[in-house]
Amino acid sequence: MGVGIEVRGLNAWYGKNQSLNSIDMTVAANHVTAVIGPSGCGKSTYVRCLNRMHETIPEARAEGSVKVGEMDVYGSGSDPVEVRRRIGMVFQKPNPFPTMSIYDNVAAGLKLNGFRNRKQMNELVERSLKLAALWEEVKDYLHKKSGASLSGGQQQRLCIARALAVEPEVLLMDEPASALDPISTSKIEELIFQLKQHYTVVIVTHNMQQAARVAEFTAFFLMGSLIEYDKTEKIFTTPADKRTEDYITGRFG
Amino acid sequence: MRSRFQQGLDELKEKLLRMGGLAEQAIDRATEAYRTRDSKYCQMVLTGENAINEAEREIDELSLDLLAMQQPMAVDLRFILAVLKINADLERVGDQAVNIAQRVLDLISEPEVQLPVDIPRMADSVSTMVQRALEAFLDGRAEVAEAVLQMDGIVDRMKDEAFIVLVQKMYNEPTVTRAALNVLLISRNLERIADHATNIAEDVIFWVRGADVRHGGAHYRQ
Repeated sequence: MGVGIEVRGLNAWYGKNQSLNSIDMTVAANHVTAVIGPSGCGKSTYVRCLNRMHETIPEARAEGSVKVGEMDVYGSGSDPVEVRRRIGMVFQKPNPFPTMSIYDNVAAGLKLNGFRNRKQMNELVERSLKLAALWEEVKDYLHKKSGASLSGGQQQRLCIARALAVEPEVLLMDEPASALDPISTSKIEELIFQLKQHYTVVIVTHNMQQAARVAEFTAFFLMGSLIEYDKTEKIFTTPADKRTEDYITGRFG
Repeated sequence: MRSRFQQGLDELKEKLLRMGGLAEQAIDRATEAYRTRDSKYCQMVLTGENAINEAEREIDELSLDLLAMQQPMAVDLRFILAVLKINADLERVGDQAVNIAQRVLDLISEPEVQLPVDIPRMADSVSTMVQRALEAFLDGRAEVAEAVLQMDGIVDRMKDEAFIVLVQKMYNEPTVTRAALNVLLISRNLERIADHATNIAEDVIFWVRGADVRHGGAHYRQ
């Protein structure tokens, strides 16, 4: 099951440049939350702080409190590897391991986490591919085809399956459909909608119609600050803040 | 691309205001027909209906195109929804003006009868409501729209009074029944136009403030 996320006073920097200013935001468990805003507004930085990916960039650092369920992400005993297992991430460009088979792509995270039981691994690979709505398309080629041989949309679903295999509680998606055609995009969107039964999903997107279609809650970021955060219907029909309205009606950004 | 969208929105507004002008003209001509008992004005209303219907189609089409091509959000989306609803109301105003013109044609086919109802005064209030509602739409002024809502009760009372005095008249003087019925129906048509003006004012408030004020409430989205 998914868990909620509590962010309090989150600040982030790239070198001397502050990219997030004191973000407070509560993300509901088992819901889809979209993060929107113009380029450079801090939305990707924000989600990358949730699973400590931000600090992997040289000179980048973050401060503040992020609690994912009971886990204190920035607590003193926190292990970034464990954090990233429990908070999976899918990126803009599908990035399967190109030479690995479909099966090995999905099993990669399990193997890295020291998983050895073959039967259980088979089950987890199948379950993950089914959850990612890819199983039917690849079940006959699991070991024969490489990740790179799949279409772009299939590759992205493979990456989602890979992220799901290690049984995370939260799934972060950074522009997961922006490199895909409309049919693949609608498959991913349908998938996101299904996934919330099992996971808490946070999706960064430039595509406001996509946010409106998949997310129950939407957060608008501008210049590193969280400007407005509300139910998606409210944000896209009657936003409270003029800056949100100007952005979603295309008057700037 | 956005400026093209803005042009589309401006065009939509202009078309709706032009249609509003036609609807206002239809009310005024129907009233003039009643006042002067001149069938020429009735004919103008009847032939003018086509232009209103054509305008309605054009506005629907342009709205549909903008929704499909530009996928508007927030205030722009509320604007187009308001336009679609106001469009339907104005078309109905045109229909009501036609109904009045037909009643007047029937009235003037018989000798004039003095009835204790001031239709021109009622028509004046109704016409003002439509005019104000369109002014509110022109400048996005919710406070002007609110003033229109206040006027609806006055017209309702005029119609109720007309009903009482005309029923009494028919009771006392059965020979005027036909004329009295025609005037009763005209007062009913005018009252319906006032309702459409109220709807238009409510749609303007929805567009500007994002609030649903229909049915006597102020419902803001939570």
